[in-house]
Amino acid sequence: MSWYKPADLGLGVRRQLAGLGYGARLFGRLLATLLPALRRFALVRDQIHFLGNYSLAIIAVSGLFVGFVFGLQGYYTLQRYGSSEALGLLVTLSLVRELGPVVTALLFAGRAGTSLTAEIGLMKAGEQISVMEMMAVDPVQRILAPRFWAGVITMPLLAAVFSAMGIIGGWVVGVLMIGVDAGSFWSQIQGGVDVWKDVGNGVIKSIVFGFTVTFVALLQGYGAQPTPEGVASATTRTVVVASLAVLGLDFILTAMMFTI
Amino acid sequence: MAASPSESLVELRHLTFGYGDRVILDDVSLVVPRGKVTALMGASGGGKTTILRLIGGQNRAQSGQTLFDGQDIGPMNQRDLYAARRRMGMLFQFGALFADLSVFENVAFPLREHTDLPEPLIRDIVLMKLNAVGLRGARDLMPSDLSGGMARRIALARAIALDPELVMYDEPFSGLDPISLGTAARLIRQLNDSMGLTSIFVSHELEQTFAIADHVIILANGKIATQGTPGQVRQSTDPLVYQYVNALPDGPVRFHYPGPSVADDFGVAAS
Repeated sequence: MSWYKPADLGLGVRRQLAGLGYGARLFGRLLATLLPALRRFALVRDQIHFLGNYSLAIIAVSGLFVGFVFGLQGYYTLQRYGSSEALGLLVTLSLVRELGPVVTALLFAGRAGTSLTAEIGLMKAGEQISVMEMMAVDPVQRILAPRFWAGVITMPLLAAVFSAMGIIGGWVVGVLMIGVDAGSFWSQIQGGVDVWKDVGNGVIKSIVFGFTVTFVALLQGYGAQPTPEGVASATTRTVVVASLAVLGLDFILTAMMFTI
Repeated sequence: MAASPSESLVELRHLTFGYGDRVILDDVSLVVPRGKVTALMGASGGGKTTILRLIGGQNRAQSGQTLFDGQDIGPMNQRDLYAARRRMGMLFQFGALFADLSVFENVAFPLREHTDLPEPLIRDIVLMKLNAVGLRGARDLMPSDLSGGMARRIALARAIALDPELVMYDEPFSGLDPISLGTAARLIRQLNDSMGLTSIFVSHELEQTFAIADHVIILANGKIATQGTPGQVRQSTDPLVYQYVNALPDGPVRFHYPGPSVADDFGVAAS
């Protein structure tokens, strides 16, 4: 492998471009089938159950522990400036604006994204996608679209669970264990969190992340080489690509949302 | 549709297909007679499965026509192609059952996707199709519980769920024990005659194939080596067909993959 050979470089660039083109075409086909797919809501409902339910435990536990850590670290920093009663506000804003959507998306990519990629990749390897096409059933509409809807719908709900568990975690450490005043903990949250600017933007973020992670997972699965190795490497790529996309998008969204 | 159906349900005209520089089918023309069982035979990698995929519209030929009941499959858009595919059933080599659905739901799948039939009617149709392949009792099993031969018979029940006109079998006999093999062969013949189908199957298995086929096509090196009734093919004097029917390792179908000559590779001067 020598990247400086012009021919190899050109081949690499062409492969990347072909990959982007494949992704864009699949995205177009997916968009065209999204509304028809909603007519069979039972399929979407099953996927919401599958993706949401099985991710719930990891999301809730992670949220709780992130809240614990935030309660501790936040308290140590805030008490230096004698403002430890703002702990509730600090924990809540960090979670609702940033950590809730971002960490949920990363965990979702690892838990649900990989299972989507593996499931679709194995269907492809087992010729189940081909057999569906031969039955005149469009696999994009029958397989991909319900899963896409489920990801987009599930992600904000999971992010909300994550943030709520995180706030509870912060309360457990800050109020119950360290002894921050419970009244100021909660009233600071009530007074300082704006429904639209903070919570609303966090929800928008999690919808965008749900869109991104789910599409990456579906694309990797649908485009996987139909072999065991191909499915394995597609699953890995789902985590890498989805995580990087989430972190990059988060920076862009934050810059757009929270600049005065 | 034409008032008087033509003799052939499927016809390939001057079909050429390849991947990159590798030519799989080279100017192939063939006819699949309506209502008959046609066998496609030939060496591995010879383009038999490709022909099925071309008829099903999963691959598109570089040139030539693939006619299904008079319509060219090649240039069709997705809507027309899906309309044509609803008149075909295809049995994949390993069945390709949906792993997350039970046997019953696998067979019911095309009915649920393409019809609005009430549940009791779907149940009756599914059980009839399962009965036709002798597996009515296996309705509640999952695909992971099935043997290879059973999985293929379930897939066959699924392929005929919508009463297609054409059924294509991709290597229905590979990897089956003699009992399952005989069952599969008899099923192909029986279903073809009782349901008024046209069947095409790809096979390597000489004895059973010659026993059930009406029409045999042997492919070699991207071309048709011979075609005709099993009797005609068996008596063919064509060296390719002779090699195939008698299972000889070398002949017109080469034992060696094309490459540099032996003399070049081993540094031996050609004398």
